[in-house]
Amino acid sequence: MRLFLTFLLALTLAACAGPQLRGTGDLGLIIERASGHVTLVDTTTRQPYARIGGLGDLSHASAVYSRDGRYAFVFGRDGALTKIDMLEAKVVGRVIQSGNAIGGSISQDGRIVVAQNYTPGGIKAFDAATLELLSEVPAEYAPGRFSKVVGLADTSGNRFAYALFEGGEIRVTDFSDPKRPATQRFPAGSQPYDGLVTPDGRYFLAGLFGEDGVAMLDLWQPEKGARKILEKYGRGEEKLPVFKMPHLRGWSVAQGKAYLPAIGRHEVLVVDVATWKEVGRIPVRGQPVFVMARPDGRQVWVNFAFPDNGRMDVIDTLAGKVVHAFEPGKGILHMEFTPRGENVWLSARDDNKVLIYDTTSFARVGEIAADNPSGIFFTTRAARIGF
Amino acid sequence: MSSNRLVFALFWVSTATAGSAQPAIAGEPDAVRQKELVRLVRQDCGSCHGMTLGGGLGPALLPATLHDKPAESLVATIYYGRPGTPMPPWKQFMSEAEAGWIVQKLMSGFPQ
Repeated sequence: MRLFLTFLLALTLAACAGPQLRGTGDLGLIIERASGHVTLVDTTTRQPYARIGGLGDLSHASAVYSRDGRYAFVFGRDGALTKIDMLEAKVVGRVIQSGNAIGGSISQDGRIVVAQNYTPGGIKAFDAATLELLSEVPAEYAPGRFSKVVGLADTSGNRFAYALFEGGEIRVTDFSDPKRPATQRFPAGSQPYDGLVTPDGRYFLAGLFGEDGVAMLDLWQPEKGARKILEKYGRGEEKLPVFKMPHLRGWSVAQGKAYLPAIGRHEVLVVDVATWKEVGRIPVRGQPVFVMARPDGRQVWVNFAFPDNGRMDVIDTLAGKVVHAFEPGKGILHMEFTPRGENVWLSARDDNKVLIYDTTSFARVGEIAADNPSGIFFTTRAARIGF
Repeated sequence: MSSNRLVFALFWVSTATAGSAQPAIAGEPDAVRQKELVRLVRQDCGSCHGMTLGGGLGPALLPATLHDKPAESLVATIYYGRPGTPMPPWKQFMSEAEAGWIVQKLMSGFPQ
């Protein structure tokens, strides 16, 4: 026992020389898409504290967190899944799990990480501790035909909902027995391009590119099947070209209303989440990509597809209109709010900076250098359904 | 007008592709514009086709995946888009000749 205590003391002393004991609640990472790096950041000091390289092709990369916020799982475009220790600031696991991936999710109990793949199309489940492959579900929608998987979202009971772009269906795969997944299939509509789950985990929505509307599945009553909402939002009107697909993950619910990017029109759609009927449209200055609510729901921030990707519009949900419009930088690809929303971090890809704004005064309060930054992911995602 | 220009661009592409050993071709975008086009393709086309052009929601745009496709139809796809798919028309951001230059570069290995 004494020996053990001495050992502990030695460990403590060693720890004093290294990073100090700390929590993870105010940490995050920035994807540097072109160079295969992530920069680890502290949202309290608004400073980076480490940078990790060798992560491969990180264009369109995203990250999810273990429930303690200590580990980030980064999904690279090249199919790599990398596990990063946020405290030790190092890679602790890495597998090349497919040829072409688009993101992933972590299960409700935090034990399973699921990657969604374009090539070969399907999903794969990994042990979150070891990154050992547990099982896979190919996105075969017709004999010998495989679809790209989009919109993967975690839901209750270690189930994952997602959609098939070519297959036109929503699927729910249950990993409660992780080596023997069970999948349900629901016809959804033409070309689902992304999906989301509502903050309560009840509804999965898949945005449709091939037709006007959104497919919705009630995960509490999946036997009722997927139905279409917002079917008429663009009927009879010519669509504007879409130079970048909107992203639905990170979507917004505020004051009983959902705010969604319209596709092919420069509007944010407002939907009553009790009836799922459209109750308004807010004109904005481009094709929306991310439409994200500040955590309190008072504001919704919108960025845009090329060529309007230098702009940001801020909607006040009480006023129901854009109250602040500005040009923070070049190539604004993503945004992330601090845990309670006093700041928002914006990645300005073409300025090689992440810009930090106060969401009340709209003043810039800081910036961080980063090489072609894209996604910004804070550890508060660890506790949110669908993130 | 624009269809004539397209025909010109197609002619130009086929000449350019056939004579790929030649170092420079008349009508090629200047160095500054080439840099802009490369960035446009890698960053903005890359949001669907992948920054390495290995494919994403859109198909791969690598020499091996494009070699059996006629250059003219690739130029038309860039310039006019492809209805029924998410591929939009890029004509407001480039000339047909520039679309032709992009196709030529895609087919022979796109610059970084």
